[in-house]
Amino acid sequence: MAYLPNLIFFFLLTAAIGLFARNFKRISRNIKLGKEVDRSDRPKLRLKTMLRVAFGQSKMVSRPVAGVLHLLVYVGFILINIELLEIIVDGLTGAHRIFAPLLGSSLYNFLIASFEVLALLVLVAVILFWTRRNVMKIQRFWKPEMKGWPKKDAVLILYFEVVLMVLFLSMNATDSLLQQANIESYTKAGSFPISQYLLPLFADFSVETLLLLERSFWWAHIVGILIFLNYLYYSKHLHILLAFPNTYYANLEEKGKFEVNRHIKKEVQLMLNPEAVSEDSGETPPEKFGTTDVFDLNWVQLMNAYSCTECGRCSSVCPANVTGKKLSPRAIMMKTRDRLEEVGKNLNANKGHFIADEKQLLHDYISPEELWACTSCNACVEACPIAIDPLSIIMDMRQYLTLEESAAPAALNTMMSNIENNGAPWPFSNQDRLQWANDV
Amino acid sequence: MKLNIPTLAELAAEGKKATIVFWVGCAGSFDDRAKKITKAFAKILLETQTDFAVLGTEETCTGDPAKRAGNEFLFQMQALQNISTLNQYGVTQIVTTCPHCFNTLKNEYPELGGHYKVIHHTQFLKDLMKTGALQVEGGTFKGKRITYHDPCYLGRANNIYEAPRDLIKKLDAELVEMKSCKSKGLCCGAGGAQMFKDAEKGDKEVNIERTEEALEIQPDIIAAACPFCNTMMTDGVKNKQQEGKIQIMDIAELIANANDL
Repeated sequence: MAYLPNLIFFFLLTAAIGLFARNFKRISRNIKLGKEVDRSDRPKLRLKTMLRVAFGQSKMVSRPVAGVLHLLVYVGFILINIELLEIIVDGLTGAHRIFAPLLGSSLYNFLIASFEVLALLVLVAVILFWTRRNVMKIQRFWKPEMKGWPKKDAVLILYFEVVLMVLFLSMNATDSLLQQANIESYTKAGSFPISQYLLPLFADFSVETLLLLERSFWWAHIVGILIFLNYLYYSKHLHILLAFPNTYYANLEEKGKFEVNRHIKKEVQLMLNPEAVSEDSGETPPEKFGTTDVFDLNWVQLMNAYSCTECGRCSSVCPANVTGKKLSPRAIMMKTRDRLEEVGKNLNANKGHFIADEKQLLHDYISPEELWACTSCNACVEACPIAIDPLSIIMDMRQYLTLEESAAPAALNTMMSNIENNGAPWPFSNQDRLQWANDV
Repeated sequence: MKLNIPTLAELAAEGKKATIVFWVGCAGSFDDRAKKITKAFAKILLETQTDFAVLGTEETCTGDPAKRAGNEFLFQMQALQNISTLNQYGVTQIVTTCPHCFNTLKNEYPELGGHYKVIHHTQFLKDLMKTGALQVEGGTFKGKRITYHDPCYLGRANNIYEAPRDLIKKLDAELVEMKSCKSKGLCCGAGGAQMFKDAEKGDKEVNIERTEEALEIQPDIIAAACPFCNTMMTDGVKNKQQEGKIQIMDIAELIANANDL
């Protein structure tokens, strides 16, 4: 029976990791529903971009307050994971603070002390984040697309972090009291610059109660972390993992360079010179031009959708959004993810086969009104801290609207027929192109 | 004043070529306000004895607005037509006063067979100054507050932020920045083919929002480097009844004016 806690721990850990792996596989399967796009070029530059933008948070700090607060939570998250490693080894082996003898007391004390300081900083940052959302009501957190679940989700994550940090500090406080009481299994290790202030809360408890409390905090903390891990899949919080591949596979071309549609390139070449184009490519022509659904987007665009953490920096700089139009680049990403999730559920329910559901991303999720409000200014792409590109999705859908539905706004149709007829977007004769030189 | 602008066809007839082609663009050719920018830049080219030519009636729309409006077919047809003309004359370098033409020629033509060194006129003017071919007298604009509006297709799209600013500084003017500038610059509202349609329903026009940002810093001149931005900002300033106080000028016009061209 002495091994029962270790067995329970092993079971919980395996179940949590197993569940997470299953869900992550689903995400990966959904992302692979996207079309192929080659992002294997320039691996060194890609690595550098990832290190700078995701690991180094270079774009986060363009908004200093949110950037610094986020940095605290991020550094806390990464470093406290070392502590997590110890907790897992302890849990599996039944040891207590197993790293203490391994690392030597001065290094160990330093680490535990820094984790405590970080935990406090994370707490402060999270409370400020909560204040920004709920008291200051910063506009970008209160846009229409944030109603309901997205808003709850964001706040829930903050509560989660508060609970985890408080549990961590309480665990240390009770632990240090047990150490002071010379309880045998509580190795004298660690330095507790923050949790020492919690000691008065527990000072009057008996050793038995302290033992119970310490174990409860310890278990609640690790179970909390395992729940958080599995909550990721259901929340907007996947960016903590996906930010890395998302920046690695980001578009490295100039932002103004929009993709040349190669199927159309072939069609145009055929039209201009039927003999010149050989039939050797063996590629089947697409059934349509442009995008109507997640299947038509490429896998990087789909990964973008799962990576979005709904911070709204994109929409807060979008010229259409700030002037009250319906377009919100963040909503474009959220809707893409919602549709992809719906498709994923369809696949889950039908043994991996997609059963047509008479729905699609265009019209059922994203309206033409949103798409036509875009000025293609790239502000959203520039603003995204993890290199998400809503603009490419907008442009791909416009292509479908114009080419397949002939549903471009009338004024744009006029502009385009002018280009067709006289080579300029306005109805002027091309013969007058050099007239400016003669004007007085 | 009638300007004597050589065309590639004329030069070819004499068995000659030009070092660089001035791509005028549709706005620069047909829009009354933009034509003034074209003239200002052409005067500088003539004054500096740049070996240039235009395509004249052989130039057609690059296809940018068609592509951004979703018509990839029309874009590629336009591109192939232009590429065939440019390649037939053996063109290697292009300068243009329109960031949309600039972006399309530079970034989207190569994949369709058009490989040129494409330069925006603000970069070109800066180079002319560097080599000493162009000298600027600051007198006209001395002490004026000038703010520069970054065109999206020059700034974010192609990372050109400094050339136009360096030119303004050469005018002995006071360069003042709007609250959103450079990589964070707010769009004028015309890009992505919006120039040719009405805006969707909203609280405000984008150009008004941008004009308000400009008015906050009370400039004498709003400098632009794009014919569409120029139109949008001009309309914005008129809407705010500030046209008597604030001028909208292209960088080429600032320089041509400074040099009494």
